[in-house]
Amino acid sequence: MARRLAVRKTYKLWIGGAFVRSESGRYDEAQGFNFPRASRKDVRDAVAAARKAAEPWAARTAYNRGQILYRAAEALESRGAVMGVPPEEVAAAVDVLVHYAGWTDKLAPVLGGVNPVAAPFLSFSLPEPTGVVGIVAPDAPPLLGLIAELSPALAGANVCVAILSENNPLPGLDLAEALGVADVPPGVVNLLSGRRRELASAVAAHRDLNAIVDAAGDRELSPELDRLAAETIKRVRHGDPATSYEDATSDALERLNAVTELKTAWHPVGA
Amino acid sequence: MSSSVETRTSIVWDYAPAPESVDHVRLKDRYGLFVDGEFRDPIDGRYVSTINPATEDRLADVAFGGPEDVTAAIQTARSAAPKWAALADLERAKYLFRIARLIQERSRELAVLETMDGGKPLRESRDTDIPLAAAHFFHYAGWTDKLHYGVNAREVEPLGVVGQIVPWNFPLLMAAWKLAPALACGNVAILKPAETTPLTALLLAEICQEAELPPGVVTILPGDGATGAALVRADGIDKIAFTGSTAVGRDIQAALAGTGTPVTLELGGKSANVVFEDAALDQAVEGIVNGIFFNQGHVCCAGSRLLVQESVRDEVIAKLWQRMHRLRLGDPLDKNTDVGAINSAEQLERIEMLVAAGVQEGASRRTIECELPERGYWFAPTLFTDVSPAHRIAVEEIFGPVVSVLTFRTQAEAIEKANNSRYGLAAGIWTDKGSKAFEVARALKAGVVWQNTYNHFDPTAAFGGYKESGFGREGGPAGLRPYLRVVR
Repeated sequence: MARRLAVRKTYKLWIGGAFVRSESGRYDEAQGFNFPRASRKDVRDAVAAARKAAEPWAARTAYNRGQILYRAAEALESRGAVMGVPPEEVAAAVDVLVHYAGWTDKLAPVLGGVNPVAAPFLSFSLPEPTGVVGIVAPDAPPLLGLIAELSPALAGANVCVAILSENNPLPGLDLAEALGVADVPPGVVNLLSGRRRELASAVAAHRDLNAIVDAAGDRELSPELDRLAAETIKRVRHGDPATSYEDATSDALERLNAVTELKTAWHPVGA
Repeated sequence: MSSSVETRTSIVWDYAPAPESVDHVRLKDRYGLFVDGEFRDPIDGRYVSTINPATEDRLADVAFGGPEDVTAAIQTARSAAPKWAALADLERAKYLFRIARLIQERSRELAVLETMDGGKPLRESRDTDIPLAAAHFFHYAGWTDKLHYGVNAREVEPLGVVGQIVPWNFPLLMAAWKLAPALACGNVAILKPAETTPLTALLLAEICQEAELPPGVVTILPGDGATGAALVRADGIDKIAFTGSTAVGRDIQAALAGTGTPVTLELGGKSANVVFEDAALDQAVEGIVNGIFFNQGHVCCAGSRLLVQESVRDEVIAKLWQRMHRLRLGDPLDKNTDVGAINSAEQLERIEMLVAAGVQEGASRRTIECELPERGYWFAPTLFTDVSPAHRIAVEEIFGPVVSVLTFRTQAEAIEKANNSRYGLAAGIWTDKGSKAFEVARALKAGVVWQNTYNHFDPTAAFGGYKESGFGREGGPAGLRPYLRVVR
């Protein structure tokens, strides 16, 4: 019997819900596969796609967003085995998604509430998404380290542009296939592979991006991101790579708070 | 403008002068730095006169801290920190309750001094600044032994020594917004009051002495931008909280890059005040006036972009212009004064520069005719129409009594125009339709949204901005989070 030739996957970026090559045409190689080396222009395209998706995503009900995140967990559970990461890492990543799926309709009562103001007003403070969040994922673990940062941002109704693990981006690029079948709307998550410092700097310098979550643990990159973020007063959170379910969830409220704005509304009573 | 409106404005009621007495203010001729519980001469700083912007008279000399003063202040604060953090929570609370009570007791003196040093109308310092400052200490005093409830944690701890830099528009109130939550969370604080308005913070230092607050828990380090810059860059500071301009906030954020020092910023704004055609227009006009002329427009959340629905544009502008003529500008100590002095010569220059830019770019300027006092810094309430969204007066923070009027046709356009700003501090909505108000309030990218009111503040209600208006919140339980570390 003739030997069957394997059908190899062409790894692509995920921008605005589409699988695309880098506009630069550049490629790098990992684990015997080519993958796109995204450019600064790809970053700009991804931010534009994210911005377009931001309002509709935030306007969905918390219940709906929770179900979509849970659906993403379901999709990852069934597809994780072929992503080339240890089963324990897949299991932890799925559990983190389930945890944050449950946060979507708990954030408002936990972070917000009615303010007992000394005047005739109904005053309340409610969390709202910061907007477009740039995520710099760690090199390892390539899947859990990414999910740990994506999940709180999405649970907080934000949209994301994520820079994947530089030395092992394949699980992150595979994740697009799981999220793509989980009803995550186009542009809500955008995944870019390439050289971290080049891409992260472009993300931090982008003027239409609201927050940076940096979990790369790159001591030279962090101050640079801070400096670039200051230009448009972006919110910045630095964290260590999450290596377990506990890492990613024990400080859930800190993670959620970092990508959340509290809005206080005053409505008149009686007047 | 219709002539009937003009006719109705022709009656002018005059008021007899009603100046508040200044006898109650016990001002020293010179104030040192408040370090380790006592007033001290600066090591490498200098004495600078602080003046009354309504008269340009000298009020007192105040020490401005130099770099060595900052270092020394941090040392004493660091040595005071462990004991303060270890104090039983309710004992810490009782100190804050004492401070709240002492502010109430000395409220008249504080109000008069706030007006003398900053130029704001006495009516405002008496009815807003000082009572709210006391309320803030009272509110956070009560949090001291309930911190973990406030942030949904099992165990929390203070950050240590916090550096706090406050602006000149609400000197004592901003000091209270900063100090009360920091101390409640068990931190010690080094507060730098603004260059032009240090006096009420120094009176607050006396109140700390009177309250027998342990030395080093509160340090008051008056100074200028250089003092603030030194504080931000000094070793031994565990957190920086800043209220002021976006330009300085950006410098601070950049200066702290890579240090890991947490920072919260409450910065500038160009807040939209949106008037729908179904609003109670007379009430809306009062709100517009309060939104932009309160404290001479020296308010970070001032309603400086007035968005009016086209169908009521002429009526709103006519009523507003008429109402503006009723504003009484003059001696801030007069209890009938609505618009006081501009805080400094520097700020007056900035207002004049931006107003000139508005005229040059083609907007139509109207300024009420009124007599400006001969001495001091003054700017009469001003209204711009024919403003395009790209004009500098529609984009940049003026921080003065100047309102720019833009129009819209539909609710969607109103939301889009309101959100078309790099700032996102506050917004106002004027409508009598409840569901519409809730819908628009949700769509506005602003940290505070007022319906049928403006410039309302309360210690229980979070305040802070979206976008380039900064990050972090002050007030309520959200105001605790920036001042503590969640252990578990």
